[in-house]
Amino acid sequence: MTTVESARAAVRTSRLLLGVALLLVAALYVRALAFTPVEAMQGPAQKIFYVHVPSAWTAFVAFVVVGACSVLYLVMRDIRLDRLAAASAEVGTVFTTGVLLSGPMWGKPIWGTWWTWDARLTSTLFLWFIFFGYLVLRGAVREPGQRARFSAVLGILGALLVPFIHMSVKLFRTLHPQPVVMNPDGPTLPGSMLATLLFGVFAFTIFYAGLVWQRYAQLTLEDAHAAAAAESER
Amino acid sequence: MLRQAWIIAAKDLRLEFRSRTAFLSSLVFTALVLAIFNFARDPTVLSGTDLAPGILWITFSFAGLLGLNRAFALERENRTLDGLLLAPVDRTALYLGKALANLVFVGTVEAVALPLFALFFNVPLLPVLAPLLAVVALATVGFVAIGTLLSAIAVNTRFAELMLPVLMLPFLVPPITGAVQLTARVFSGRPFAELSAWLKLLVGYDIVVVLAAFLVFEYTLDE
Repeated sequence: MTTVESARAAVRTSRLLLGVALLLVAALYVRALAFTPVEAMQGPAQKIFYVHVPSAWTAFVAFVVVGACSVLYLVMRDIRLDRLAAASAEVGTVFTTGVLLSGPMWGKPIWGTWWTWDARLTSTLFLWFIFFGYLVLRGAVREPGQRARFSAVLGILGALLVPFIHMSVKLFRTLHPQPVVMNPDGPTLPGSMLATLLFGVFAFTIFYAGLVWQRYAQLTLEDAHAAAAAESER
Repeated sequence: MLRQAWIIAAKDLRLEFRSRTAFLSSLVFTALVLAIFNFARDPTVLSGTDLAPGILWITFSFAGLLGLNRAFALERENRTLDGLLLAPVDRTALYLGKALANLVFVGTVEAVALPLFALFFNVPLLPVLAPLLAVVALATVGFVAIGTLLSAIAVNTRFAELMLPVLMLPFLVPPITGAVQLTARVFSGRPFAELSAWLKLLVGYDIVVVLAAFLVFEYTLDE
């Protein structure tokens, strides 16, 4: 099978996975809204937690994948790693946007403000800026080898930067709720809420995988198309 | 390697010294930003010293950004980077040389801007000069290390002048927050214990950025 044929097949299979992911996300909404108890202090506003935290998790996974693929690309020089990093960055940008949108919706009723310069909010905002810069850079370099090298360098630098941003904004005090799952004293979240949250994380991870897979296959097709166009011009 | 780096830096600085266009415009730009900031505050509500650290570092960042574009833009304009790459020069030495020239450039602009800043905002510099210079040096090293690397990338893209700030400003969050916090504490004469957390952050950032830049710089050049 040629690259093009297998990429087309991958686009089709990824649609299947995306369908499953969307069903899972729909099931998550049903479970979170109808079958999970309402939080006593925050009321229905807390429901956004089941979308917000899985989105943040997925954005973080996307970010780690970009960093890892960037390092591996510079070592192995395999263009597929570059495509995977690009696909992951695109999807990561979408999920980071989701985090940045769902956070204020919760923050307004609970904190009384849409936005505050808290450590996590600031780090997430800058994660978004880094993703965005990464995608803008990709769009501004034409030659594929150069684009792959430049974006790998930026991917690595970004991965080094985020912990520093988090440390520096954490030295200002933080308002964000403390972790309720990855807490040193064990999960403080009641069982049924924890189950919904974990289900949400699972559903969003599948959603992420489906989207990345599809974008990866599409990028393979785009590259094949560009190569064919260059060939026919010659 | 150090000798090669120094030769490259000296070449860049000699070019700059002869034309002085980038230096003078950066300097005038700095003075303008400082002057304009004066209108951004209400002098009856806020004293100059309250805003001074933030103003100082925002001015330095913008002036620095202007200077950084210059290092590789000149090479690109005249297609001389190919010559440098063909010369028997280690690529790490090339990075070091460019970074050194940028360091001297940004440092000189800062050295002229600092007294101007003291004059405009009525901040007594002399009593805190030594710790302040240490903070400036630490933040500038990180700034130049990351800036030189990113400008080598940005110069090869479309919209190079716009690309550098978009890529670089996120990377300025740790050094600039650290520098602003430290400058404010230095101005108000706080004890050293209150500085140490930010100092650690600034030093850690410098080390990581310089090492990372050395490791990845070669990938920003054509092969």
